[in-house]
Amino acid sequence: MSGLSGGFMGYSALELGALVQSRKAGVEELARAALEAAASTGDSVNAFITLCEDYAMGQARLVQSRIDSGDIPSRLAGVPAAVKDNISTRGIPTTCASRILDGYTPMFDANAVERLRGAGGIMIGKLNMDEFAMGSTTETSAYGPTRNPLDLSRCPGGSSGGAAAAVAARAVPFALGSDTGGSIRQPASFCGVTGHKPTYGAVSRWGLIAYGSSLDQIGPIARDARDCAAVMSILAGEDKRDGTSAAFEFDDSTVINADADALKGLRAGIPDEAFDAGLDQSIRARVLEAADLLEDLGAKVERFAFPTLRYAVPAYYIIASAEAASNLSRYDGIRYGRGAAEPGLTLEEAIARARSAGFGREVKRRLMLGNFALSAGYYDAYYNKALQVKAMLRGAFDEAFERFDIILTPTAPTTAMKLGESLNDPLAMYLGDVYTVPVNLAGLPAASLPCGFAEPDADGGAGMPIGMQFIGRAFGDETVLRAAAAYQSVTDWHRRGYDAAI
Amino acid sequence: MELTDAITRGVAKLSGIRLSDEETAAMTRDLGRVVGYFDLLNELDTRGVEPRAHVLQRVNRWREDAVEPSADRDELIANAPSRHDGYVAAPKTFEGGGSS
Repeated sequence: MSGLSGGFMGYSALELGALVQSRKAGVEELARAALEAAASTGDSVNAFITLCEDYAMGQARLVQSRIDSGDIPSRLAGVPAAVKDNISTRGIPTTCASRILDGYTPMFDANAVERLRGAGGIMIGKLNMDEFAMGSTTETSAYGPTRNPLDLSRCPGGSSGGAAAAVAARAVPFALGSDTGGSIRQPASFCGVTGHKPTYGAVSRWGLIAYGSSLDQIGPIARDARDCAAVMSILAGEDKRDGTSAAFEFDDSTVINADADALKGLRAGIPDEAFDAGLDQSIRARVLEAADLLEDLGAKVERFAFPTLRYAVPAYYIIASAEAASNLSRYDGIRYGRGAAEPGLTLEEAIARARSAGFGREVKRRLMLGNFALSAGYYDAYYNKALQVKAMLRGAFDEAFERFDIILTPTAPTTAMKLGESLNDPLAMYLGDVYTVPVNLAGLPAASLPCGFAEPDADGGAGMPIGMQFIGRAFGDETVLRAAAAYQSVTDWHRRGYDAAI
Repeated sequence: MELTDAITRGVAKLSGIRLSDEETAAMTRDLGRVVGYFDLLNELDTRGVEPRAHVLQRVNRWREDAVEPSADRDELIANAPSRHDGYVAAPKTFEGGGSS
């Protein structure tokens, strides 16, 4: 068991689950500890949009009485958690960090929230994010930016920045995020925690407010790969309300029990193109050192050429923006959310006014980009071309997975940026997604895990965490997380980042 | 390709978004750089490649067309910013229609 420096929230999710089952901690006691920890990070980190104390304490009482009567629904029964604010929660406001959803309260729970509750998880709050999950820094939130708990002058990444920051700041041991182009993995990397983007279809999207429907997945951010696996076993499974959800069950036991032996004979591929000249030197060095360690432990690591990789970012931004333009056309300010106040407007004027006031700048950019790519005259050159690139990318991954069990890349080409550095240059921000978006386009599972720190910066700031990404075959989530857990069984980067948090 | 303010205005209208002249110019500049970058895809020969909307080959999913309870009407309407007699109130769609 780890130290008590962060109180109960210094423990991992699995450790807390064990404490609950052995009656060494009460469910209400844990919920209260998490609520207090979350409230105390409020002003500095700003990871939460809503804390739901009454709901959490009510759930805690229910789960404690279930456990007292001998009913232990999962390894994580009684463990506090938080949920990104684009995942619908019945009776609790769900904002997508956008003004346009001011005043909106869902009348149903997302499938992931139902499953979390069924497993005895205690949701204590809703997490900050980039508006509609569009951004890489959590600075586009209408509720103010989230700050990185390891260095408050830096962003936590995005769009699940609140989720990664809440885990890194020990407000909760795990959180549910969503990932359309890297939104779980990149903030996990920036905050020194572990995140998993499941195979497309592994987790139901029912109740996840849509951004890019062919790309969106809900997944865990936690302290390590074992906790991510425990959460995956709760989230995964078929749901008839999401036609793209698959009959896939996730068994967490091989991940939880993984040691270094799990790496023996693992075939890991490293794309040449992921380490080309533009990459930050300290990131290249740390990720390649991790690859050397995998090799020392018995993995077979090989470089290979993946020339299609460089076309993933433009294809992704065309497809994601096009799907967003369609998905976000539902926001009219009439049926829910913040409407146009003035009377006497025509329908069209009222809708345009609600949308213009309700959406922030980055959302407007992507909606317009999407409508541009879909409009007559440009459709074939952009949207159709992007779908062809998507098919080629999937083919290239299929070919690579004939030789490899996992593909290893950095998670991001940089460490966490200073606040305010990225917002005025959207193209530079989009290029930061170079390692994560190919995975969504191909529908594959991938985890980000800490593998070291950058050099301290010139003005004396601490070196920020570096994350590496393990990509797996479709529905090979277990292989990915088992390899990650094996690496974490012989390294402590995932604990050092955590211990460095303010 | 080169993005112009005229294209930006047309796309803003399609998107249901109003932009001031200043915002239009800024958007043309921002989107212009991104669209210029999209042209990287022209390097790639995609002749004969079937566009894929969904990458995991899946079959169509059928289920029984069963009647199930859905939303509660009052709860649903309570989310509307403007309500009238138990209905969602919307501005006039046609000239000379009912009240807003």
